[in-house]
Amino acid sequence: MTLLPSLPIIIPLAGAVLCMLMRRNIAAQRVIALVTSGIILLISLYIMMLTKDGTIAVMNVGDWQAPYGITLVIDMLSSVMLLLVGLLAVGISIYAGAALDTERVKYGFFPLMLILLMGVNGAFVTGDLFNLYVWFEVLLTASFILLALGGERAQLEGSIKYVALNLLSSALFLAGIGILYGMAGTLNMAELAQVVQQGERGGLVTMVAVMFIMAFGIKCGMFPLYFWLPASYPTPPHVVTALFSGLLTKVGVYALIRVFTLIFSTDPEFLHGLILIGAGLTMLSGVLAAASHYEIRKILSVHIVSQIGYILMGLGLFTKLALTGTVVYLMHVIIVKTNLFLIAGIIKRIKGTNDLHRLGGLYKERPGLSILFLISAMSLAGIPPLSGFFAKLTLIIAGLRAESWLIVVVALGVSLLTLYSMTKIWAYAFWKPAPELLPDLDPMPKGQWILLLPVIGYTVIIISIGVFAGPVFDYADLAAEQLMEPQRYMEAVLGGN
Amino acid sequence: MEILLAIVVGTLYASGIYLMMRRNLVQLIIGLGLLSHGANLLIFIAGGLRSNRAPILAEGEKGFSTVMADPLPQALILTSIVISFALTAFALVLFLKTYRIVGTDDVDEMKETDT
Repeated sequence: MTLLPSLPIIIPLAGAVLCMLMRRNIAAQRVIALVTSGIILLISLYIMMLTKDGTIAVMNVGDWQAPYGITLVIDMLSSVMLLLVGLLAVGISIYAGAALDTERVKYGFFPLMLILLMGVNGAFVTGDLFNLYVWFEVLLTASFILLALGGERAQLEGSIKYVALNLLSSALFLAGIGILYGMAGTLNMAELAQVVQQGERGGLVTMVAVMFIMAFGIKCGMFPLYFWLPASYPTPPHVVTALFSGLLTKVGVYALIRVFTLIFSTDPEFLHGLILIGAGLTMLSGVLAAASHYEIRKILSVHIVSQIGYILMGLGLFTKLALTGTVVYLMHVIIVKTNLFLIAGIIKRIKGTNDLHRLGGLYKERPGLSILFLISAMSLAGIPPLSGFFAKLTLIIAGLRAESWLIVVVALGVSLLTLYSMTKIWAYAFWKPAPELLPDLDPMPKGQWILLLPVIGYTVIIISIGVFAGPVFDYADLAAEQLMEPQRYMEAVLGGN
Repeated sequence: MEILLAIVVGTLYASGIYLMMRRNLVQLIIGLGLLSHGANLLIFIAGGLRSNRAPILAEGEKGFSTVMADPLPQALILTSIVISFALTAFALVLFLKTYRIVGTDDVDEMKETDT
């Protein structure tokens, strides 16, 4: 294979270096970030073209053959995640270029964003467990700084919680890697999978697997390990929250899916059962917490937790159909969540607040923005024919086929409560008359139409995932098939021996 | 030797977690440090403890005939020490900045984000 699998890592690195060289030139940084993001998107599209028939792209870094060298592996799940990163990168660069204050840009928002993208892409393409840990640290370091950048009081307090819990999870992850290495003598995921499947060390494997559930559970915001998320996500500027909500927790979810379909797939009864229970509680606690909040960004932040529950539900059920649902849900939720945060950012810019008690009458003033919000919100709740509906439907059918009645009931109930939260925002911010006349801070800010560009783009994607559900599901179906047959991954990496 | 080191790892984890649960920011960061030391030592033991078995082939020797020390865990530890050094440095700066702005180092007083 060519150098292609390493490009999603190299391009953002190059962009970040260029941005740092242009430290004083803000305009140049904006252009570099946008161009780099565009290239990431194009490359991920190209990679997707190559892998969409089920080919697994493998690259041995430095030509050290697996399992001795570090391997980069792109299967269909990785490639769809790379595509989502590309889509997000372009939108966020456009939005940040127009919305972010120059102070934050001066202190390095764009290079940090690109380093974050490098870490995320690295985590998606690596085929080595320790390398996964390193990429996690890369993206965490970038996210720590992005979160604290600006140094407002709430930001710093949120950062402390975020930093402490994420470092704890990294230490757990590292310990898990150590024990796994002591047991198997390798860190290449494909070879690890082989060793574990020979199945001599049942108890030890289960213990390490639970450590991994804990470590990735903290990173992806799974019940009961998600408390850092609502404390830290609503504190930085909206565009940073949008970036985090789309990518950070999803890397944790991706790691869980990868590890628990490839390596720890021998004891689904207990391990995936545990994930399923966690998924149900995650959905429920997220959506219930959202009901008590009256600030748009806080509602959306705790909803991230609840959406993680749906994604994990597919992994917990561990059937091909359920994983298909998980893949579609990932695509849907990354775009929708980012879009909702970006819209919340526009509301904040227009009205100066995100507090539902103080907002009102937005529908009368901004019908266009209202419709954009409504589409994303309804998609999150799962109203047909938008993207969320098909994803949820698949998960629920998978639950019914697996006869896990309880999780199906929980998922349906949570879906209803999500609708409640979304209509709450709609009713308070858009429909009810404004309680007091909030001055239009920025009646028509000069860059506003630029802010709307990514929002409109994402809305189009949300609608088209719903309208072109056929091809999307064909893809997800193949991706799930690949995940359910780890032999193909092992053969691609180890060359069939 | 393994048992002794296992006890050391356990102690490091226990003291790390204990310190993390204290309310003081400085103790929190010391706790994080101890925790990462614990994890590093764990990897070291997991690779197997052997003395006087350098992973270097003697002249004329073909292939590893005797059991040698595994160099990989040490490479892993080196990587993770570098990472945790950087993160500790960042956390220290963050905590100092927070102390200056919030005016306290008591974690329980930081309730701005809790509502």
